[in-house]
This record gives sequence, structure tokens and C-alpha cells, in this order.
Amino acid sequence: MYQFVTGPLAWLAFIIFFFGLVLRIVLYVRGLDWKLDRVTYSVNVSYGIKGAIRSIIFWIFPFGTRSWRNNPGFTVIVFIFHIGLLITPVFLLAHNVILEEKWGISFWTLPETVSDILTIAVIVSAVFLILRRIALPEVRIITSAYDYLLLAISAAPFITGFLAYHQFSGYEFWLIIHILSAEVMLVAIPFTKLSHMVLFFLSRGQLGMDYGIKRGGMKGYNLSW
Amino acid sequence: MAEGTLCNRKMINTREALLELLADKSGKLYYEEMNQLDVKCDALAETIRATCKSRIRTWLEICTHCGLCADSCFFYLANNNDPKQVPSYKIQSTLGEIVKRKGKVDNAFMQRAMDTAWAKCTCCNRCGMYCPMGIDMGVMFGYLRGLCFSQGFVPWEMKIGSGMHRIFRAQMDVTVEDWVETCDWMREEWEDDYPGLEIPVDKKGADIIYTVNAREAKHYPEDIAEAAVLFHLAGENWTVPSEGWELTSLAMFAGDWEACKLQVETVYDAMHRLNPKRMVATECGHAYRATVLEGPYWAGLKTGKPPVESLHYVEWVAEALRTGKLKIDPDKKIKEPVTYQDSCNYIRSGGLSDVAREIMSYIAEDFREMTPNREHNFCCGGGGGLNGIGRYRQERNAGLKVKRDQILATGAKFVVSPCHNCWDAIRDLEEVYEDGIRWSFLKPLLLKMVIVPEHLRPDDSEGT
Repeated sequence: MYQFVTGPLAWLAFIIFFFGLVLRIVLYVRGLDWKLDRVTYSVNVSYGIKGAIRSIIFWIFPFGTRSWRNNPGFTVIVFIFHIGLLITPVFLLAHNVILEEKWGISFWTLPETVSDILTIAVIVSAVFLILRRIALPEVRIITSAYDYLLLAISAAPFITGFLAYHQFSGYEFWLIIHILSAEVMLVAIPFTKLSHMVLFFLSRGQLGMDYGIKRGGMKGYNLSW
Repeated sequence: MAEGTLCNRKMINTREALLELLADKSGKLYYEEMNQLDVKCDALAETIRATCKSRIRTWLEICTHCGLCADSCFFYLANNNDPKQVPSYKIQSTLGEIVKRKGKVDNAFMQRAMDTAWAKCTCCNRCGMYCPMGIDMGVMFGYLRGLCFSQGFVPWEMKIGSGMHRIFRAQMDVTVEDWVETCDWMREEWEDDYPGLEIPVDKKGADIIYTVNAREAKHYPEDIAEAAVLFHLAGENWTVPSEGWELTSLAMFAGDWEACKLQVETVYDAMHRLNPKRMVATECGHAYRATVLEGPYWAGLKTGKPPVESLHYVEWVAEALRTGKLKIDPDKKIKEPVTYQDSCNYIRSGGLSDVAREIMSYIAEDFREMTPNREHNFCCGGGGGLNGIGRYRQERNAGLKVKRDQILATGAKFVVSPCHNCWDAIRDLEEVYEDGIRWSFLKPLLLKMVIVPEHLRPDDSEGT
């Protein structure tokens, strides 16, 4: 079983994840239409690029925009969640040991306590995000089962990884569930709104281009995000 | 009944059809007929297939339902944080559903979509600035309006407005003759006070081509006279076109993209015909957006720019004050506390907030900023055509509360508002709430405080 989930299944998951995301990027860019979107993407290119970069940079930092600053609690949780989500799996010691064994490569690794803290942080912030969905009427009204499912898909590898790492009873079981849940997440990313992993940058960039080209950018005005 | 006699999917292209629609007071029969109007689901599906591309589809898909857009929306705030006013909810439950169901929606759904698209959103685009994913719901509501319009689900006044543009190339029934006569009349009325005053029509190769809002020609002709006087005092070489003088676009508010194109092309034709160096647009927000920002795309101009460099009136005023073409009498500056209404359409969508502040630095002694301001300012409450729609008067009036609170918080009772829509909304909020707030365009203010050069004064004053 272990051989299977770490072998062919893992390959399949990574291939779907990678090519799926590439496809999303290609389809997004191909679907842009200067006339329908009313943005001259390919004419006023330098203004567009500047607008896109500003739009991404301001939003990628916590408190970089007015919207983040207006919602400090949410901002902190969202950034902890995403940092943990991205950093932990890539720089986890155990993952890099496997990489080293299989391919002879490895990244710089996090001290195990740090990755443990990050894992717990992801789980706790996911819980907060769920509670927020239930508690706030303005969030509740737009929340559907799908949103909870995505949170579950994202948090599951962390919960199962935590259980496996700490060698609770049934290590083998948790390990396999951990790997499977991670593969589910990888496959889900291109096909669900988890695709915002790349579409965030494209969508942000697009609106930045809109502002950078049409909405004031060419008048020399830098929008304050 | 598939279609009504008044409420239908046909465009208003003749005066007869327009008069018939106008005769239906407040759209009584029109809205009754709307209850029977069939939805052409196939056509809707086809339009979506052809025009709903990756940008909007991605926006609808990746909205993470975080709710950060909620308090960016003045309707949400004005309606006591009603969750049904959350921008994400409003667009997902309308456009989102239409796209998801591939156009298979019914009459009741389309009426709800219409009520949401026109009475719960003014397309001010503020929410787009607060969404982490860069989702601009104002843009999507503009798109939804187009879908509703194509199916005949459009507020009565908007249908009339689009018809006006189709027939008169103006938002009101002002013909070329009416326009040119109004210009002549205003020159005659004002030339005694300002000797040598001209309103040159169709002058070729002028430095400035000046274009207006049809309301000025129809209801506020003195605005044209004031503009003429200020150009005159500034020594500008300017002209107005006989055709292509109207900048506004109720067609844009209506979602009638075909009429939008017809309208802006008259202005661009005038630019080609008269070959001016620059265009100056009157004090109107949506007109600037329609003709200068969006228009080039409707007309298919690949540069994304109008044929000649185009300025909003505030840009011209700031330049005239900066270069000394217009000089302000320091004694006549505004002494009382005064605030400035940042219009969404040329501030948020046009990047002209610095220019507005520059003007205020010349004309006001006690300028008070609203909070928030500049591109983060709230819509006046009447944008996107909402001011003009009788069916949604209550919704509009409720929404005005946010602007009212903003103004009162500055401590100023006087609002400079160089935008027709904002100007109307502030007038109406005073009518509803009676706080003693006053409001003004720039032109009448400038006229009161500008120094008239010696050689331009009337004879009798020169003799003394």
C-alpha cells in the first residue's frame, strides 16, 4: 500500500497538479480579451506590468492594503494559514529525507519544532476560519458546504501528518491517510477554487493592469491599494 | 405573452417608439408587461458563451467567500449591515447563477437580477479595491446589466435613456439645432458682461474642443455660458462641435453596448473632423468615464485612448490655475469649511484625485477631507443611473445616508461636487435629510472668485 501511494499515485497526483495548474494559467491568459475586458493588455504594456506588480506586491504582504489593515484579525489568520500551508510541506525534514533517498536532492529544512508549530498553526487557523464562517452573518450568507470541504481538504494533510509524525497508535495507518489526503489536495488544486494558488496572481495582476492602464495609471496616478 | 408593446427586447430606434414609452407615466404599463416577459434562455446562454470569458469566469469561481467586500459597499453599511447587501452575495446570486445555469432562468429571476443590478449596485467599483483576489464586482454588475438589457429586463428610465442616445445621440431630446441655438443664446445673454465672449462652433484646429452633458444644454444652459466665460478669461482657443457635443452615456448605465458605441463615435468623429489639440469634458463623472476611459474600447480603438488627449474639467481648471491663466482673487476664496466629493468615475476610475486637491488649494481656505477619501471615497449614493430611476427611489434615499454621515463628519456644510450625478445626489440628500448642506459645481464658484483681466472688462468699468 505504502509503495503504491508513494509511487504511482504520488506521480499521478503531482502530474495532475502541475499540468492542471499550467492549463489553468494558459486558459486564463488565452481568455483575456482586450475589447471585452476593456483593458489594452498588449498595447500599453509597461503601464500594465507596473500596475500588475503593484497590485500583487501590496496584497501579498500582511497589512499592505487598506482592506488587510481594516481587518487585522482576519489578516493575521489568513497569512499564518497560507504561510504554514506553503512552507511546511516543502521544507519539512521528513519530506526532504524522502526526496534525498529517492532522487538525491533536498531543500533546506525547518527545525522540527518549527514545522510542528507551523502545522499546529495551520490547523488552528483553519478552525478559526470555520468559526468565522459560522459567526459572521456577512460571511455566513456566502458560505456553502463547498467552502468547508475545501478547508477540510487543505487542513487534512496537516492533521494527519501531525498524527503520523507524533507516532500515535496506528502510525502506518495515519501515514497512508496523510499521503492520500495530500494527494487529494494536489489533485483538487487545479479543479477547485484552490486554483487561486496561481489564479490569485493572475486575477490580481489583471485588475492591476486595469488600474495601471485605463483607470488612472496612464495619468501617472498610483492607486493606493 | 412573449413580449409587451413597451417592455420587450426591441431597441428604441424611432421617435414614435420613444414617445410611446415616454407616454407611459412612470413606466406603469411597462413594468406590468415586464411580469409577462419571457426569458430567451438560448440567447442568454449564447451571449454568455461569447462574452463571459476568463476574467469574469475566474472572478466568479475563485471568490473565496471571505466577506471582506461587505463593508466596502455603501449599500451594506447604509442598510444596517444587511448580509443580502454583501457585494459577493449580490453578484453570486445573480450573475453567478445565470452563468452556472447556462442562462436557464425565469422571469422572476431576471426581475430580481434587474433589481439587484440597478438598485443594489451603482457600479462604483469600490468593492474591487477591497477584495484580496482582485474581484471587481462593479465590473461584473455592469456586465450583468448588459445581459438584463438584452432580455428587456431594464428599468423604464434606462430603456428611455438608451433610446435617446440611439435617436438623438444625446441622453435627452436635444437636437444639433437645439444645441447650437443654446450656445448662441448663451453668448448673447452673457456678452454684455464679458465683451468679446464667443462660443465658437465647429472651429477647426482649436486648442480645445469642449464637450458637455446634455442636461446642461436642456436644463442648465448657464453652465455652458460659465464654461465659455472661463475659457474666454483664460484666453483659450476653443470650440464646441455642432455634432458630437454630448459626452454622457445613459446607454452605459443601461447596458446597451451598441448605443454606447454609437454615442462615443459621434464625439470621436467630431475630433477627427475638427482636429483640436485636446478635448475638455464638462464636470461630469460618468460622461468622462464613458467617453474617455471606456469609449475607446467600445469604438474598437486599439490604443485604448480617444483620438485626441482628453481632460476632465478638473484637469483643465487645475492647469489654468497652475499656469496662471486663471487667477483667483485671494479675498474671494471660500472662507467657510468646505469639502470635496470625489466622484467614483473620474477619481477612483480616472486617477484624478491629486488634481482635485490642487484646485481646492487655490480656491478654499478651510478645505476638509471626507473620510475615507480619494479613490477610497464612497459613492455619492446616486451613481450608475440610480438617481434617475423612480422604481428605486427608496433604495437610493436609504443609500444616501453614508454620504450624509461622511459630509457631516467633516464639519463642513458646503460640498464642491464637479460631477452631475454626485451633485444631484447631494441635492437630493439635502431634500430628504435637511441638514443645511449646500453643494456646487466648480464653474459658478470660479466665476465668483476669478480676477477678470483689465482688457476683458465691460466698457463702462474701463471708462471709470
